[in-house]
Amino acid sequence: MFNEYNPLEKKMFQVIDNNGKVLDKKWMPKIDNEKLVTIYKDMLFARTADLQIVSYQRQGRIFTYPPNYGQEAIAAAAGVHIKDNDWLVPAFREMGTMLAKGVSLKELFLYFMGYEDGSAFKKAKNTLPISVPIASQLLHAAGIGYAIKYNKEDKVVFGFVGDGGTSEGDFHEAVNFAGVWKVPVIFIIQNNQYGISTPTKMQTASESLAIKAVAYGVKGIQVDGNDFFAMYKAIEESVDACRKGEGPILIEAVTYRKGAHTTSDDPTKYRTKEEEQEWEAKDPMKRLKSYLISKKLWSEKEEESILPQFKEEIDRQFIEAENYGPYPAEDIFKYMYSEMPDDLKDQISEHERFLQWKSTKVK
Amino acid sequence: MKIMNMVNAINDALDIKLAEDKSVIVYGEDVGVEGGVFRVTEGLQKKYGAERVFDSPLAESGIVGTAVGMAVAGLKPVVEMQFCGFIYPAFNQIISHATRMRNRSRGLLETPIVIRLPYGGGINALEHHSESMEAIFGHIPGLKVVVPSTPHDAKGMLIAAIESKDTILFMEPKRIYRAIKQEVADGKYTIPLGKANVLTQGKDVTVVAYGAMVREVQKAMVMAKEAGISVELIDLRSVYPIDRETIAKSVKKTGRIITVTEGPRTYGVGSEISQIALEEAFLHLEAPPARVSGYDVIVPLPKGEHHYMQDAYKIFYEIEKTVKY
Repeated sequence: MFNEYNPLEKKMFQVIDNNGKVLDKKWMPKIDNEKLVTIYKDMLFARTADLQIVSYQRQGRIFTYPPNYGQEAIAAAAGVHIKDNDWLVPAFREMGTMLAKGVSLKELFLYFMGYEDGSAFKKAKNTLPISVPIASQLLHAAGIGYAIKYNKEDKVVFGFVGDGGTSEGDFHEAVNFAGVWKVPVIFIIQNNQYGISTPTKMQTASESLAIKAVAYGVKGIQVDGNDFFAMYKAIEESVDACRKGEGPILIEAVTYRKGAHTTSDDPTKYRTKEEEQEWEAKDPMKRLKSYLISKKLWSEKEEESILPQFKEEIDRQFIEAENYGPYPAEDIFKYMYSEMPDDLKDQISEHERFLQWKSTKVK
Repeated sequence: MKIMNMVNAINDALDIKLAEDKSVIVYGEDVGVEGGVFRVTEGLQKKYGAERVFDSPLAESGIVGTAVGMAVAGLKPVVEMQFCGFIYPAFNQIISHATRMRNRSRGLLETPIVIRLPYGGGINALEHHSESMEAIFGHIPGLKVVVPSTPHDAKGMLIAAIESKDTILFMEPKRIYRAIKQEVADGKYTIPLGKANVLTQGKDVTVVAYGAMVREVQKAMVMAKEAGISVELIDLRSVYPIDRETIAKSVKKTGRIITVTEGPRTYGVGSEISQIALEEAFLHLEAPPARVSGYDVIVPLPKGEHHYMQDAYKIFYEIEKTVKY
């Protein structure tokens, strides 16, 4: 696959078309039917949650949120392949992979409601918190890769970034370090066409984002990120390559952010209805659903009956997060150092004295 | 006991930790085969192999960013920034990740990283090779910033830094890398980070310095003694956490305080120490806290550097003024 789809060939790896029809059987991954339906349900759950969060935000019940809408196939395919002991280094639009790793929706809600506790993952092992400074997290992926290789562990790192992130120095340094060190890292670029409002063609003069792999001497591939089977296959082969010591790998997943950059953004300012409609036809959920329906593995009726259950579960976890409780003052101090320095202890007491005083003044 | 300069002492500390802890990894620009531009890591790659002591690609953000990844995955990276003037590309990784991971994950993830940073002027160097920018690092929540002034301290403080679970900026006063030789104890010992060291007891004025400035103060103290002034010298050792208690106790005794730092004055470490003196010993003060520091200018190239650097005369000049205030 990596030879045939070498980025210099300027081909995008696809397995199904927009109607869910298989283009070339040779690339169709072997996934048993039951598992495939489960994967689709997980994607549907993630999409439903994502849309519901945007409406919570509109109701003023959650702060700024970056939707995943339209990009679910990428996170889902990574989520299928990532193991408990593998490392996940997310950016901030990988809900499906985070859920697959064991992060709970409630934890994500807490994070976007403004609690650091939402990044203290109770179940998800080897999962870094959401990283906000663009592309900076990819260096962590490269460093974790070094630790894996050094300790001779059978683990892979999944590091995510967006198209805008490929302009950052840290992107280049990360792929370069990982290439020199030959470490088991899969760098996944979610090329959703825009960095907030800036189109990908204004980020780079390169033919593609995948082609950058060539310069670093690492394997790269451009994949239709809205084609679940293509993403599944590309990540499957990348994981195999990494486990054989042939990493790192750079995947450009071509997709489209159907929603806004965040709930504070207005995409009508920088993109057209025509463009949105054109991408609507490539929607990853519709394509996978068409395939499943054509194989009689899924039906609209089943979907209708499962959606209310999902919504209920999402609401349940959301309400749990809403009732999370107060944020103790001490919590802002206590994780700064392994042992609290004296001046931070003094600052806690100072803050408590102030709160005490304030409580006598505020009516 | 061996006679060592600071380069030998730091090398010894790295050697001890590499030998005893397999998770310690040493890397940076030219630190492997060459042993670093100051030869601080000389011989370590030969002894411990290129997996543990190695040259990284030339990219400071890459060095610190990968160290964050290694650290959360259980290693203890000790990385070298070649010169203080080159650390800025790594600033984002320090301020945005290394110092935040524990807080961000509510204690689940830790980043035990030591960033070794040769700093300071007075070595006739090119531009960007003479800076002393500890104040901007002391301002970063979550970071510890320490500076040894002797070979003995350098060894004990570096071992303590490598054994710490925090991210530590270990600043090495390169001007005195080879200028001071002293007996350094064999084997492992540690010096607690965050505690200042009262080097000389005195009664008229407290002088707080660290790194290469300690030696300059000691020279000024010879002049002060001749003038009948008794100086209490504190080696701060740690810019953050800062030892308020030792500073306060000393100022209460002497009633006067002078700070000697190499960096620019405004918002500098001297300003912070002066504020501590005001808060802790206001009613004991006989003179305003004074700052001997760099001016708020770019460190000049070698021919102009004497206008910028602090020497014994400049320090004694300030001691005399403060005592006569």
